Amino acid sequence: MPGGNLSPSALVAESSVAASRPAATAGSGAMPSPAGGAALRALLRRRTAVLGALIVAVNLVVAVAAPALARRDPQHLDVRVRLAAPTTTHWMGTDHFGRDVWSRVVHGARLSMIVGASVVGLSFVGGLLFGLIAGYYRRLDNPLMRIMDGLMAFPGIILAIALMASLGPSVLNVIFALGIVYVPRVARIVRGSVLVVRESPYVEAARALGGLDLRILGRHVLPNCLSPVIVQGTFIFAAAVLGEAALSFLGVGVPPQIPSWGNVLAEGRLYLQQAPWLTLFPGAAIMAGILGLNLFGDGLRDLLDPKLRGVHGAGREA
Amino acid sequence: MKTYLLRRALAIIPVMLVVATVSFVLIRLAPGDPASVLAGPDATTEDLAQLRTALGMDQPLPVQLVKWYARLAQGDLGQSIFLRRPVLQAVLERLEPTLLLTLWGTLLAILIGVPAGIVSARYHNTAVDQSFMALALFGLSIPNFLLGLVMILVFGVWLGWLPVSGYVPLDEGVWLNARSLLMPAVSLGLVQSALVARITRSSMLDVLREQYILSGRAKGLSERAVVYKHALKNAIIPTLTVIGITVALLIGGAVVIETVFNIPGVGRLIISAVLRRDYPVVQGVVLLIAVTYTVINLLVDLAYLLIDPRIRYTG
Repeated sequence: MPGGNLSPSALVAESSVAASRPAATAGSGAMPSPAGGAALRALLRRRTAVLGALIVAVNLVVAVAAPALARRDPQHLDVRVRLAAPTTTHWMGTDHFGRDVWSRVVHGARLSMIVGASVVGLSFVGGLLFGLIAGYYRRLDNPLMRIMDGLMAFPGIILAIALMASLGPSVLNVIFALGIVYVPRVARIVRGSVLVVRESPYVEAARALGGLDLRILGRHVLPNCLSPVIVQGTFIFAAAVLGEAALSFLGVGVPPQIPSWGNVLAEGRLYLQQAPWLTLFPGAAIMAGILGLNLFGDGLRDLLDPKLRGVHGAGREA
Repeated sequence: MKTYLLRRALAIIPVMLVVATVSFVLIRLAPGDPASVLAGPDATTEDLAQLRTALGMDQPLPVQLVKWYARLAQGDLGQSIFLRRPVLQAVLERLEPTLLLTLWGTLLAILIGVPAGIVSARYHNTAVDQSFMALALFGLSIPNFLLGLVMILVFGVWLGWLPVSGYVPLDEGVWLNARSLLMPAVSLGLVQSALVARITRSSMLDVLREQYILSGRAKGLSERAVVYKHALKNAIIPTLTVIGITVALLIGGAVVIETVFNIPGVGRLIISAVLRRDYPVVQGVVLLIAVTYTVINLLVDLAYLLIDPRIRYTG
């Protein structure tokens, strides 16, 4: 084992290390998290985290209010204004079908938020399920985690592309494919926490009192595994937004007519010379969105999971 | 140590089995009969019947799966539907640009990330540290394909310094080859260096808090000697793990970047295969990438043994 406190275990959380690395996740156990109000105040003291939360909030508002913010139909074609430079009517310009870029970027934000949230949800459900089972029932640990290792042997984007090849382009399939990519990453973290928590006196006490496994898992083990998972959630959200953009950019994600940041960029690539606004505006939107999530995630991590301080951020799956 | 090596090598087997199974399942996820999926739209009824017997499609799934393992063990990845040649051959033909791109990207990520991380740790909490880390966060937030597009716009379209896209094979000259890979490699490596810098910094900070660093300083070693001779040796270990991860992410990133810059590598191969529904190619490429990645991780683990004498993998 690598000695002292420089063990690579701290990295395992987000990393896609395949196979069994000697320093397993057991180290990144559940940190006692400060009580709700104190946590919120501590988070507010970090200016960068607040900035991140603000950016995320703006993104969410844009996503929810998209139809009001961009009254033009993002799919409305108007060939008279093909590839028009930004003007007062189309202030982000138009694409080569004459569709309004502002409209497409704003509705793209909506799609990104939906994909991000759904992928986080899906990977949490799957990851918590497998992680809890693997960590709690020692007999199932090995087989389950070997399957997770196998899935993690594929670089995320590659597995997602392969899944999309079989499933076909659609929003739901993008969510499903990216969800599968992140389930093992969540499962790994949860399992690591469970291994620590299950040995704790209060779990032993609950067992001694004759508590049912399901109840012990739900009432005692699960809540104490959540903080590293929540931190991971922000990074998965960012990675999912990036993943959707990358898949759509490659033409294997969301069908091209649906407004998505990746789709606008894919088109922008073809008209880079004539219409750089097709690249620059959605590009800025993606960057701002990911930056916000990373800032917020960093703050949250410092707060909830100090062990991983300064180690990771998301956004390297694209 | 020998036991560890053996155990570590054997641990690859279940991972490979899962990888092979996943690639087997992929074809079955596709709509339609797997034989016609594998044979492509132009296949005749005889072709289909032939393929069915060859792959044992009439047999139960577990038997088919075992046959699939057996085929893989012999290095048979099947035939590409559109390229009309073995998948392995198609991949090998496209390997050069992807390999070079990944190598250059990794090199850049290390050359930028490691020094930036060390300097940040050495000048912890100063303006230098903060600006490097702000840059790193920025780097983590920019998708590599977006950086590629912006670089094409700036250096290719506006300034006209570099070719907008395309690839010059190594045969036509090392310099021209490197020039055609410069922007793609920077888009990959620069983004990745952010991660490397963050890890290097945090592990360096951990090491600098250790007792032996204190005693080094106490006996009057220069700060230089403390940081670069004593601390770096230990701090580099987590960085090594990240480099293993980096290679994987760069392989994934290369797939995207090749599309941005129109580079005829493995990435273009898999994307065009997806668009043409050339499933055997998708299956084969995905499998090969996973195997490569697993082997790289094994090598990284073994590299620990060489770098850190404290690591004695027993048990």
